[in-house]
Amino acid sequence: MTAVFKDHASDRQVKVKWWSSRVAIYAALILWAVICLFPIYWTLTTSFKLAPDVMRGNMIPFVDFTPKWKGWESLGFSPRLIGEVSTVREEFLKRFWNSAIVAVSASTLAVVLGSLAAYGLSRFGYRFGFMRNSDISFFFLSQMILPPVVLALPFLVLYRSLDLLDSRVGLILLYTLMVLPIVIWIMRDQFQGIPVELEEAALVDGLGIWGAFCQIVLPIALPGMVAAFILSLVLCWNEYFFAALLTSTDAKTLPVMVASQTGSQGINWWSMAALSSAAILPLVIVAIFLEKYIIKGMAAGAVK
Amino acid sequence: MSTQGDLLHTVTADTISTRRRRMGRAMVWGTVALTATLATLQFAHDAGTLGWGFDNWRPVLYAYLLWATALCAAQVIVHGERGKRALFVLPAALFVISLVVFPLLFALYISFTDWNLASLSGPQPNGWDNMRQMWGDAFYWNALKNMVYYVAAVSVEYVIAFGLALLLNAQIRARKFFRIVFLLPLMLSPVAVSWMVGKSMLEVRFGPISRVVREMGFEPSFFGSPEMARFMIMAMDAWTFIPFMMIMLLAGLQALPREVIEASKVDGASGWQSFKEVIFPLMLPVSVTAIVIRIIFKLKLADIIINVTSGGPGGATDSVTSFIFREYRDRSNVGYGTLLAMIYLILIILFITALLKVVSRWMERPA
Repeated sequence: MTAVFKDHASDRQVKVKWWSSRVAIYAALILWAVICLFPIYWTLTTSFKLAPDVMRGNMIPFVDFTPKWKGWESLGFSPRLIGEVSTVREEFLKRFWNSAIVAVSASTLAVVLGSLAAYGLSRFGYRFGFMRNSDISFFFLSQMILPPVVLALPFLVLYRSLDLLDSRVGLILLYTLMVLPIVIWIMRDQFQGIPVELEEAALVDGLGIWGAFCQIVLPIALPGMVAAFILSLVLCWNEYFFAALLTSTDAKTLPVMVASQTGSQGINWWSMAALSSAAILPLVIVAIFLEKYIIKGMAAGAVK
Repeated sequence: MSTQGDLLHTVTADTISTRRRRMGRAMVWGTVALTATLATLQFAHDAGTLGWGFDNWRPVLYAYLLWATALCAAQVIVHGERGKRALFVLPAALFVISLVVFPLLFALYISFTDWNLASLSGPQPNGWDNMRQMWGDAFYWNALKNMVYYVAAVSVEYVIAFGLALLLNAQIRARKFFRIVFLLPLMLSPVAVSWMVGKSMLEVRFGPISRVVREMGFEPSFFGSPEMARFMIMAMDAWTFIPFMMIMLLAGLQALPREVIEASKVDGASGWQSFKEVIFPLMLPVSVTAIVIRIIFKLKLADIIINVTSGGPGGATDSVTSFIFREYRDRSNVGYGTLLAMIYLILIILFITALLKVVSRWMERPA
C-alpha cells in the first residue's frame, strides 16, 4: 500500500478499504478452518462423552461435561485398562498393524518400481514393439483411470485360486498397482528437473549407469521420493474397497474394521468415536509434521 | 527391447560370447516351460482328469515370479550394458502387465458367464444374457445417471478450491497453520468420514448439524429425499477432496510470474479485473489438470456411499462402483457384476478420451 501520509482524507479511505479486505479474508479463512476442524473436534470430544452428554448435545469438555474414558475403554485404551490384557485392544492393534504393514510395504514397493521406471523413461529411449517412450509413459499413467471395481471381481476369483485371499501380500500387490501411476507421475517430474550433465560427469568418472543412478541421482531426488511415498501411504492407509472385498479375518485392515462397526453397534457413539479417532490420528499427525512433502507431491506435475 | 534417442549417452564395448547369450535365452525359455508345465498340470488337476496335483495355483505363481526374475536377469546376460537400461523400466512394466492385462482378459471371460460364487456349478458361458439383463436393469442406468450428477459437482468443488487457493496465496499471517488445517480432510479415510459426518454429525436426533437445523425451525432429514441424500453425499465427498484441488491450484498460483500481475496492477486493473483477465487465463492449464484428475478420482467414488446410505433411498445415491459392490455382496453375482464393471470401464475410457480431446483442442485455440 502506498499510504504514506496518514492524516489525509483519501489516505484514510485507502486504509478503510485495506482493513475491510483484511477482515473479509480472515473471516473466510476462519470459516473454512472451522468447517475443516469441526468434524475432527466433534469426533475427538465424543470419544470422551457418555450417552447423556451425547443426547444433550454438550460440546465443550470440562465446561459442558466431564470427560470420561468410557469410549476408549471399549478399545482397551484407558488409564484403568492399559496394564491389563484386553482382547478388544489386541483386535484393534492387529487391524492397525495390518494397515501399517500393508500401507508401508505397498508404498515402498511402488516408490522403488515407480522411481526406476520414471528414471528410465526420462533418460533413455525405449522401443517395445510399436511403443515408444511416450506410449510407455501413457500406458503407465493410464492405469490411473482404471476403476478399482473392474479389477476387484477378477482378483477375487484369481486370489481364491492362488490362495491369496485374506492375505496381506494380496493387498500389498493391489495397492502397489493402485498408487504406481501416481508415483511415476511425481517421479518423472522430479527426474526431468535434474540436469543430465551430473550423470554424464559421473559416467566420465567411471561409474556405470546404475552406479550413477544410485550415488548421484537418488540423493538429489530423495525429497521427491519421500513426497511420493507419503502420498501413497495416505492413499493405501485409507483404502477401503479392495480391503472390504478381499479380506475377511486375518488381513482385515483398519477401515474395514471401522466400517463393520458402524453397521452393528447402533448408537454406541463413544466407542465408534474412539475407534474413528484412533483410525484417523496417525494420518492427522503425518499431515501436521510432513505437510511440506504432501503438498510437494501433489504440486509436482500440476505445474509444468 | 532396443534403445534409441537417449538423453544420457553411454559408450560401451561389450563382448558377449555366444555361450553367455545362449545361457540367457535358456534361462528365459526354461522358466517359461516350467510355468507352462505347471499351469497345464494344474488345469488338468482342476478339470479332474489328473488325480494328483497341488491344492492351489501357488506353485504356478512362484514359477511365474521365477520367469519374471529370469527375464530381467537375461536382459543383462544377453545384452550386457544395453540390457541394464531396460532393467529400469522392465520390472514396473512386468508388474503392471501381469496385474492389469491378465486380470482384464480374465474379466472379459467372466463377464460372459453366469458365474455365481454361491452356486456350486462354476462358470457357464451364457452368451449375451448378461448384456440383455444389463439392458433391462434400471438400477444400473440409474447409477450411471447419478455418476453424471457426481461428476458435475466437480465444477462447484473447483470454484471453492480456487477461492481457497486464492485466500492462501494472499498476504496472510499463520499461512502454514491454515494450510495444514485445510489439508486435514484429505488425510481422513472416507470410511471414518462417513461415520464422523454422515452417521454422527448428521444423525437426526442428536447430531450437531441436525440440532442447528432444528434451531432454525426445520425438521432435519438428510437422507430422506433422493435429492437431499445425493447432495449430502456430494458435500461429504467434496469436503474430503477439495484440499486436493486446492493444493494443485495453490502450486499453480505460486508459480505464476509475479511481474505480469504487478504490471496489470500498474496499468490500473482492479482486483477482480486482474483476476479475470490475467490470473485466470494463466491458471487454465493447471485448472484443467486439477479438474481432470479430480474427475478421474470422482469416477471411483464408492466408500462413502457404501458406508452411509448403501445406495438408498431407492438407489438415489448409488454410484456404479457401490452398485456393483452390493451386487457382489448381496448376490455373489460375479459374472454379471464383472460385465457391468467392464461396460463402465469402456464408458470411462470413452469419456476421458473425449474430455482430453476437447480440452487439448480448446487449449490450443488462441485466447
